[in-house]
Amino acid sequence: MSTEPILTARGLVKHYGRVVALNQADFDLYPGEILAVIGDNGAGKSTLIKAISGAIHPDEGEIRLDGEPIHFRSPLEAREAGIETVYQTLALSPALSIADNMFLGREIRKSGFMGRWFRSLDREAMERIAREKLSDLGLMTIQNISQAVETLSGGQRQGVAVARAAAFGSKVIIMDEPTAALGVKESRRVLDLIQDVRSRGMPIVLISHNMPHVFEVADRIHVHRLGRRLCVIDPKDYTMSDAVAFMTGAKEPPAEALAA
Amino acid sequence: MSEAGGAARGKQEFEDGLEKGDASVAAFESHEKTVLDRLQHFLHGNPTMVPVIVLLLSIAVFGFVAGGNFFSAFNLSLVMQQVSIIGILAAAQSLVILTAGIDLSVGASMVLVSVIMGNLAVKMGFPAPLAIGVGFVCGMLAGTLNGFLVTRVKLPPFIVTLGTWNIFFALNLWLSGAQSIRSQDIDATAPLLKWFGESIRIGGAQFTYGSILMVLIFAVLWYVLNRTAWGRHVYAVGDDKEAAELSGIRTNRTLVQVYAVAGLVCAIGAWASIGRVGSVSPQSFQEANLQSITAVVIGGISLFGGRGSIVGPLVGALIVGVFNSGLRLAGVDVLWQVFAIGWLTIIAVALDQWIRKVSA
Repeated sequence: MSTEPILTARGLVKHYGRVVALNQADFDLYPGEILAVIGDNGAGKSTLIKAISGAIHPDEGEIRLDGEPIHFRSPLEAREAGIETVYQTLALSPALSIADNMFLGREIRKSGFMGRWFRSLDREAMERIAREKLSDLGLMTIQNISQAVETLSGGQRQGVAVARAAAFGSKVIIMDEPTAALGVKESRRVLDLIQDVRSRGMPIVLISHNMPHVFEVADRIHVHRLGRRLCVIDPKDYTMSDAVAFMTGAKEPPAEALAA
Repeated sequence: MSEAGGAARGKQEFEDGLEKGDASVAAFESHEKTVLDRLQHFLHGNPTMVPVIVLLLSIAVFGFVAGGNFFSAFNLSLVMQQVSIIGILAAAQSLVILTAGIDLSVGASMVLVSVIMGNLAVKMGFPAPLAIGVGFVCGMLAGTLNGFLVTRVKLPPFIVTLGTWNIFFALNLWLSGAQSIRSQDIDATAPLLKWFGESIRIGGAQFTYGSILMVLIFAVLWYVLNRTAWGRHVYAVGDDKEAAELSGIRTNRTLVQVYAVAGLVCAIGAWASIGRVGSVSPQSFQEANLQSITAVVIGGISLFGGRGSIVGPLVGALIVGVFNSGLRLAGVDVLWQVFAIGWLTIIAVALDQWIRKVSA
């Protein structure tokens, strides 16, 4: 590949007690691509993603963003570096409004006296931007931006979480099982959203168990097995059964995929 | 490029039927609702409406039952005066309950701080402002201790504050020698301690500075909770701590700050309580912690955290005051006041459970 990867990991190791969740795992994400990460349960996908998104600290190994080594101590630091994560749980606050949720942890304060001395929030600005971001992604059939998130359907919540990531992620967006909890129609909507976000040039890491979804949107597929990267395959060259065979160990991956 | 891989790109076969279906996935349409659904939705959006309606109703009912005495401006301002200390503690309690915690130590820390203020100013002769300042610092430290135990030692708030309640009470008896500081001694040495007992008359109403202080504290907290990022974080932490953490909020820091601010509010309440009681009494306000929780719950703040308006507990405290005053003026035995408040609390929590079940 000609371009340099935007995000790389080399030799990540993470132990939980006697369980080895990551065993010398590598990872590469190139600009503008959708990289799917697949693997059987317990293969260490989540641990890998948590290491990249700052939720855990690997025991060993190195992560580089734009070629610079990074050491996130919290998801907040990863966010500040431009890596946004859409968690499977969505990490939304159900009782707070859509606008409040989008700006949670990075609220906009009013300029001038009230903002400076009384730390007053600029609600108009936050609601305006939230509305813009949602309409950008074609989600703006929302009537009331100050509606509590818990009154939304699963797909709508997912939409809010994706919009939040797309609005603030400047380098990488990680999505953990974005379609797992959704119906057919809502999944379609979210897949379109993902491609929409990619079309703006934003690289996306997609963790999913859903092979049809993975094969539909991914540019490359990272197969994780036994705590490390087994191979990286191109979805155009392999079938879904091949991918499943690799990730379960039923079939040896081809040599050229191992090198990728 | 293999057959299977190619077919998988783009829209998939099983989705063909979708085109005929309704495509409005992310539309936020509202479907048919029953009156009860609408009510549930309305209350979900306006949780404070219940206590406000209860307050207005109870004022109307008691005005009718207890006669003109109840309705007088004087009596209504008296109710405010009577609930001012519990109201201030309820404000502190609300902050903690919004984070899905509970603070059983509010009353004990308030009395402890009032004893510290009294000892410094009256017995040891320090200037009153210094005594009050030290009291404020002690209140914040007491709250910080609770917050530290909850976040760092990771103990349940109930247990932590059950412990500190006893600890603060014991300290208070030790510092005071279980003796009150008499009103005339305070007047002679540090009248500033009783400042919140003074009052202004507006028409027939008589507002003590203490009752005005209570309203002011609620106004400030309303602003902080609704108009600042910190306030939003308090709600988010109480709503779903893990989600808040992943959203980039330093949840433990927010929690410690909440307990510290609660401690400070209790300390302000301590100053006001000296004016209210007229003396420093180590044995007073023994049930204040439970009464403050009652006011918060009646005010519609959820014990499960993250929900409710800070205006609620003020209304809740007033409801308790109106019930007590109305039943007394109607000549009803004190035990029925307690009986009524008990039911009110249970109904308030049941209502909260129902409102929380709201769905789109």
